[in-house]
Amino acid sequence: MLRYVLGRFWQSLVLLLIVSFIGFTVLSLAPGGPLSQFALSPGMTQEQLDKIATQMGLNRPLPVQYFDWLSHLVTGDWGRSYRDGQPVLTIIGQHLFATLILMGTSTVLAVSLGTTIGIVSALRRRSVFDYTMTVFAMIALSIPTFWFGLVAIYFFSLKLGWFPAGNMFTVGDGSLLDYVRHLVLPAMVLALVDVAVWSRYMRTATLNVVNQDFIRTARAKGLSRTRILFRHIVGNALVPMVTLAGLQLPALLGGALVTETVFTWPGMGRLFLDSLGYSDYPVVMGLLMTSAILVLIGNLAADLIVAAIDPRIRLE
Amino acid sequence: MTDTKTSEPGFNPGRRSALMMMGAAGATSLVLPSMFGRDAAFAANAKADGKLVLAFSQEPTNFNPFMPHIEVDEGMYYALYDTLFDFDPAGNFFPVLAAEVPTVANGGISADGLSWKIKLKEGVKWHDGKPLTAEDVKFSLELPLDPNLRVMRTTGYKLLKDITVTSPTELTWTMTKPFAPMSAVLASTWIIPKHAFEGVADKNTAPFNNAPIGTGPFKWKERMAGDHIELEANADYHMDGPFFKTLIVKYIPDLNVMYTQFKSGDVDVVGLQWITPDHYAEAKDLPGKTVEIAGTGTFESFGLNMMRPQFQDLAVRQALYAAIDKTSIIDALYYGIPRPTETYMPQQSAYYNDALPKHEFNIAKANKLLDDAGWKKGTDGIREKDGVKLSFTNSTTAGNHLREQVQQFLQQSFKDIGVEMKISNLPPAVMWGEYWMKSQFDTVIVGLNVLMGADPDTSDYFMSTASPARGGAGQNNFCYQSAEVDALLKKGGETFVPEDRKAIYRKIQEVIRNDLPFLPMFQYAVCKGRKTSVTGPTPNVNNRIDSWNIRDWKI
Repeated sequence: MLRYVLGRFWQSLVLLLIVSFIGFTVLSLAPGGPLSQFALSPGMTQEQLDKIATQMGLNRPLPVQYFDWLSHLVTGDWGRSYRDGQPVLTIIGQHLFATLILMGTSTVLAVSLGTTIGIVSALRRRSVFDYTMTVFAMIALSIPTFWFGLVAIYFFSLKLGWFPAGNMFTVGDGSLLDYVRHLVLPAMVLALVDVAVWSRYMRTATLNVVNQDFIRTARAKGLSRTRILFRHIVGNALVPMVTLAGLQLPALLGGALVTETVFTWPGMGRLFLDSLGYSDYPVVMGLLMTSAILVLIGNLAADLIVAAIDPRIRLE
Repeated sequence: MTDTKTSEPGFNPGRRSALMMMGAAGATSLVLPSMFGRDAAFAANAKADGKLVLAFSQEPTNFNPFMPHIEVDEGMYYALYDTLFDFDPAGNFFPVLAAEVPTVANGGISADGLSWKIKLKEGVKWHDGKPLTAEDVKFSLELPLDPNLRVMRTTGYKLLKDITVTSPTELTWTMTKPFAPMSAVLASTWIIPKHAFEGVADKNTAPFNNAPIGTGPFKWKERMAGDHIELEANADYHMDGPFFKTLIVKYIPDLNVMYTQFKSGDVDVVGLQWITPDHYAEAKDLPGKTVEIAGTGTFESFGLNMMRPQFQDLAVRQALYAAIDKTSIIDALYYGIPRPTETYMPQQSAYYNDALPKHEFNIAKANKLLDDAGWKKGTDGIREKDGVKLSFTNSTTAGNHLREQVQQFLQQSFKDIGVEMKISNLPPAVMWGEYWMKSQFDTVIVGLNVLMGADPDTSDYFMSTASPARGGAGQNNFCYQSAEVDALLKKGGETFVPEDRKAIYRKIQEVIRNDLPFLPMFQYAVCKGRKTSVTGPTPNVNNRIDSWNIRDWKI
């Protein structure tokens, strides 16, 4: 087990190195660059731009820049944003908090609702409930989040005035209730799609289990329906869900760009887009590394958990 | 980034005209009392309560005004800092930190323009309570030449020498050559405190840069990156105002969302990039909101690369211009909001020439012009003369749907006069990089602001020597050459009699209108919105950001 984890660790390290190299190269080769936003100012001469580039170390050879960045990274210095001069980790940390609140809430909602719907749909296959939920899931999966977000704002904020039209909190308030009121709409919009995803997966997984021989055996043994449901059916159907959850971890922390934009939520998705737009290389690289690490951790954790809960799988 | 290529408030080396503007400022102080400071004690009595939310679609991130920044950052500078003096909407100067605007008449500037004397108001305090002194002004004026600081620009500052503090509220300097735009430079020089940089090894990462201290109407409170900045009223402000306690500058990147939050009441004033034209019809009837169209300093044009053989013949340029159906473009695509124009000069400017020949959309006339000039249609229907085909590419920012529609529309119109226009659009970073700066295009559709503040000088854009593609330095990317305009620009920079200057710049507009190095389409206008209860926001074509007079805003 330890050997397996260690092996995966070294693999991951190599992968991270490759990701960072490709990311750095592609970023640097993209047209524009961090100074292009200033190039349009009258009076901003090419000479002045070159001087700033030199001061920022932008016109050194690419490999030199890369190894400079890498050597700082391994010592824990992720650099500073070109835009506001703040340390990259501070910036990511601030946005991660906003994203965690939003994505955490919507994921808890989506997983609990989605798995429940999935189980009930599978057990009551071809019932009115199953058909209704299938149709609902198809609709939810087809609605563009952007549109749904705006519709939600139109009805619940503009027409009914129940919830704010966006933002994470009211500046100057910041009470728990205030946070919750701001959270409802974006979390609902995000959860809608996720409920659909989780319910479809869970339905399939449950159906796979329900028709297995051991369920029939359990019934034949005279086990109670509740015990069969929770211990044998749900327990086994959740195994593939763990893998799904592992795959969702980076998405969870990577933020939801569209929802964040519609609800002006200062999360990771918008940070990534803004940083890309301004060619803020240190922040983009920081985000790239963070998400790469999360993908690797998510996958590893999912594999380990599946191995721990499913006796049929052994890690070598 | 703005899609139109508005110039950030930058400084054109060729502006030599502001000295005379200074003369006008003295007179204006009589008619604009609210803009001028009263005693600090008086200001402290100002009623400062409540909160105002001002939304921008770009995020302010650079708070040191001397470091590289974009337009939206200046929105913060006006709240946090003060300049010595500033431009009002009529293009006149009014004093801010200076006790009076220096002019030749009041002895602040010597007759030859070389010796300057600035007197500061008494009793102005920094947000941390320390007094503002002439040392701070000296520090600020010298900062752009600090070799270790990443600075935005050095224009103007590098001509200053012997900056001498003669008393805590007075300083003098001499200039290495007369440079009238210096006053316009100073109108965009926000004064920052010397003491905030004492003992700081690297000014690029000084704590000040993320926790600014100014003398402005609002003090820094906190910033939530990617979301908002909170400022609070400076009770000791040296001018009238501020009139509310908390200013929230909210970053809302999506314009639809910004408008929705304006409708819902979450946003009090819609700032930079404003309400999109397609929402105007609805917005102007919203209860409790005031929505107004305001002209900007940016004009949209069909720019020609004057080095291309196709555009050497004036008849071709005139024919192309006659084939542009401006009215349809403005009404059908831009919701009738911008105003057609014949020049680069904003119609609000005192230098605007209103007597230029009016454009007329006339395909028959365009065809006749080309026929008369000997451009004959070939077998493919494209006109040709002396081996030069009337065929060219047109480029603009890829993804700008309005401009893409304009292009398709023009393509059709030009086809009707035997001219082939191919569309070749590029992503912004490529389009406005070397492709534009080194004139690698045939034609472009571009939104340009060629003025700095109220100054009419445009040497940087129209002087023959200002074309990088011809080896010059500047932004004459149309590669326009006119000995007459060159001479007029030079003369305008050395003329100090207001009426004479007006005549010169009106003449320049006339020559350029006749030469047509670019085909002027319209002057941009934007749709500004605020809660009706908010008073104070005033369009000012001479300052590029909404909060230029935030000290006067009331909720």
